[in-house]
Amino acid sequence: MSQADITMQGHSAGMLTDRPFAIPTKKLAMWLFIIADTMTFAACLVAYGFLRNGTPNWPRPFHSIVNVAVMTFILLTSSLTMLVGVQTAKRGDKAGAFRWTMITALCGIVFAVLHIREWLGLIGEGMTLFKNPWGTGLFGAAFFSVTGLHITHVLCGVIALIIVGLRYKGGRYHADDIEVVGLYWHFVDLVWMFVVPFVYLLNLAH
Amino acid sequence: MTTIAEEKHEGMGKYLIVYLCILALAGLQFVIAYQNISASQMFRRMLSVSLIEAGVAVMFFMHLWSEKRGFLLFVVVFTIFVLLSMQFGWTDSFRLVHCGGYCS
Repeated sequence: MSQADITMQGHSAGMLTDRPFAIPTKKLAMWLFIIADTMTFAACLVAYGFLRNGTPNWPRPFHSIVNVAVMTFILLTSSLTMLVGVQTAKRGDKAGAFRWTMITALCGIVFAVLHIREWLGLIGEGMTLFKNPWGTGLFGAAFFSVTGLHITHVLCGVIALIIVGLRYKGGRYHADDIEVVGLYWHFVDLVWMFVVPFVYLLNLAH
Repeated sequence: MTTIAEEKHEGMGKYLIVYLCILALAGLQFVIAYQNISASQMFRRMLSVSLIEAGVAVMFFMHLWSEKRGFLLFVVVFTIFVLLSMQFGWTDSFRLVHCGGYCS
């Protein structure tokens, strides 16, 4: 074997084993997923903004901010409970980390229930994907698409939290896995920070 | 499997402050929603608050600030570049609302 072959093998091995940015593989994969998902949500919100800006009779159907304020509070608080869960897991307190992860999942479930209740209220008022009693039919499609994509992420997050929490408690997963699922949960929270002002608050009936 | 983020031991007090800041910023958006200003002004103010809120959440809740600077740059520069490149169609939405899509 020549010196060049040895050098090439060593180089390839280095490329395969080195962790980019000194980040664990699962965490890096989650960050890349989050970047990709950011683009998905951004595309949805830009499309929504385009329609809203280009449509003269855009409806403003929301009369109360109480429901969306409570939902926002719950989701933001769930990010804090997730952080407590991650910190507890890093300290090696399995029972504590499991408890906080489940509290976070519970917050997600409450958020989803409130969201679905709101959807049912709007559907009850006559809003569908293609028509509504207030203005352009595009509103329903835009509203249900953006909020539907978000609630799908919340529900997937709840399932992931429960699975990772149980496996962590059972010893199959480690504190790093709680941190990785926590990253996803914070991202879901982060998206809501843009959905609330643009989809709800800008469409308040004054 | 330790990372720079894990090596920095951070207390919960800091996270509580960050949480309260984000909560206050979210509250500010609700206040802006009831201000008697034009829709474009409201949009600009809400977008500014949302960007600050998201920045704080990414840096401290998601620990991006504690990661290697190279990774921070990679995430921020790449994401901002793609997000900005999505904004090219806005002028067309103004054309639609002002000319009903018939003027050039």
